[in-house]
Amino acid sequence: MATLHATPLRLGGLSWLVPVRAALVSLVGAGVLFFLVAIDLAVGDFPIPVGDVVRTLFGGGDEGQRFVVMELRLPQTAVAVTVGASLGLAGALTQTLARNPLASPDILGVTDGAAFGAVLVIVVAGGSGYGGGLVSGQLQEIGLPIAAFIGALGTALLLYLLSWRRGLDMQRLVLVGIGLGATLTAATAYLLVNARIQDAASAQVWLSGSLSARGWEHGRPVLITLAVLVPLSLLLIRSLNAMLLGDDAARGLGVRLQLTQLGVLIAAVGLTSVAVAAVGPLEFVALVVPQVALRLCGASRPPILASMVAGAVLVVGADVITRAVLPFALPAGIVTAAVGAPYLIWLLVRANRRRTA
Amino acid sequence: MTTSRLGAEAVTVGYGGDPVVRDLTLDIPDGLVTTIVGPNGCGKSTLLRTLARLLAPTSGRVRLDGDAITDVPTREVSRRLALLPQSPIAPEGLMVRDLVGRGRHPHQRWFRQWSPADEDVVEQALRLTDTWELRDRALDQLSGGQRQRAWIAMTLAQDTDLVLLDEPTTFLDLAHQVEVLDLVSRLNRERGRTVTMVLHDLNLAARYSDRVVVMHDGAVVTQGAPREVFTVDLLQEVFGLTADVLDDPRTGLPIVVPVSAPTPAPTR
Repeated sequence: MATLHATPLRLGGLSWLVPVRAALVSLVGAGVLFFLVAIDLAVGDFPIPVGDVVRTLFGGGDEGQRFVVMELRLPQTAVAVTVGASLGLAGALTQTLARNPLASPDILGVTDGAAFGAVLVIVVAGGSGYGGGLVSGQLQEIGLPIAAFIGALGTALLLYLLSWRRGLDMQRLVLVGIGLGATLTAATAYLLVNARIQDAASAQVWLSGSLSARGWEHGRPVLITLAVLVPLSLLLIRSLNAMLLGDDAARGLGVRLQLTQLGVLIAAVGLTSVAVAAVGPLEFVALVVPQVALRLCGASRPPILASMVAGAVLVVGADVITRAVLPFALPAGIVTAAVGAPYLIWLLVRANRRRTA
Repeated sequence: MTTSRLGAEAVTVGYGGDPVVRDLTLDIPDGLVTTIVGPNGCGKSTLLRTLARLLAPTSGRVRLDGDAITDVPTREVSRRLALLPQSPIAPEGLMVRDLVGRGRHPHQRWFRQWSPADEDVVEQALRLTDTWELRDRALDQLSGGQRQRAWIAMTLAQDTDLVLLDEPTTFLDLAHQVEVLDLVSRLNRERGRTVTMVLHDLNLAARYSDRVVVMHDGAVVTQGAPREVFTVDLLQEVFGLTADVLDDPRTGLPIVVPVSAPTPAPTR
């Protein structure tokens, strides 16, 4: 392990540090991801052999296969990949910033803020269409992603202000975040209790985090957000590395602390809210994935690229399981939660043991 | 005439509320080891943090190469002045070589992350601090003294003439304190670094400093060579300590020996 060091890559006067093991993990992960994507595209009411799926993806296949794979199934799979990558990246950023494996957008209440905004739209705007749901009512279709974004942003802003004490206090950030999350969950529950039954039902489906019937209109905003925020994250990562040594040490090394903190929070909120707006709150992805990637890569902080790949693997895997393996329909969010919740318990027990040891 | 690149000019600074340091002026002479001592809460760490630009004075200014340090860009400051904070933290599993490599941060850009120069400076820093052999070990596997040497190597890799150390010997046993301060001494004598540090132990301050600055209640009481500064009267006045000051027969430097009211040995 120790031999797989970051290796310098030099080109004239330019130089980069390539973390060899993380790069290998990402590469293997990308292979696994491709395999899962192919399975995800193969299964359904009209099963297609995996080999044909791959051929279709690279321009082959017959017309029927092309229609099913490219038109019907690829959009949903693309949403799964991009949403997983977004959540993995958002979690890696916040956990690194707070130096705390618990500090992911779902624990910090940002996801709950997005969910509250979305449910508000479903419940309040649902009055116009019978049966409510995601499909009826134009206001709902346009308003939901925007409301989720505003909800997440508002929560993050509140979090930032309440955690401020002569600088951003990371211990406080986690505690305030948990409190905000609980408050917002209660507010969402209140909305559901007072909603018409159809609206409550459709909101509940959305709240479980569902990938079904997701098209390009859901995937496009996620893809654009990634295209903007991945480069930003890569620029911030050097400063984040220095900030792992403590605020004073980081400033001593010439890091502009508040600018970096703000940049990281904006990136994390943007990634989370757009992902949640697309598919609902996929619980625990942002919490679990970066820590798994961290252990696979043997790194000292959650790796950026590997977290994105691992996030995509988890969400696409959840989609495969819900659609192909289980005999009944299940929202993907339930699967990610079933993986994530035991992990959270393990994390807390471990932290507790270490403190008492 | 000594020169001074770094100094405080009528600095008042605090954390909101009453100022901790009031109207303090101090020059840090180039090329020497200057140690700030004083009782708990006298503002010595606050002063050091202000000199490192971690705190902004409410009035007065810190001077770095003739400019107000608050006017110098952050990165530029960190290329001239390195700081080891009082209790730095390291993520689990961080390797010594990676820690020391972080010291190159102010000299790097996203397109120039690891130049041959970076590699050279880091190797020198590791060798000078005797941490070269430990470079592939995780920081949390090291002893306290080794760990502190690795941190000092990081500040060394920053390649600055000015080095500030905030209580570099806290939590170390005496042997490790000496090991760290011997290293500090080498940085100064062999590498010509100007070292400014905060220490608690007066005898170690006397042993390892060219100049001692004594602070009390947010102000400088006296400063000078250890021999001139540590007197029976000063210890009584500033530290409230009744003590003898003896001459170390080996070095001629002052040794502070506390005198306590005699307590009879317990009878069995």
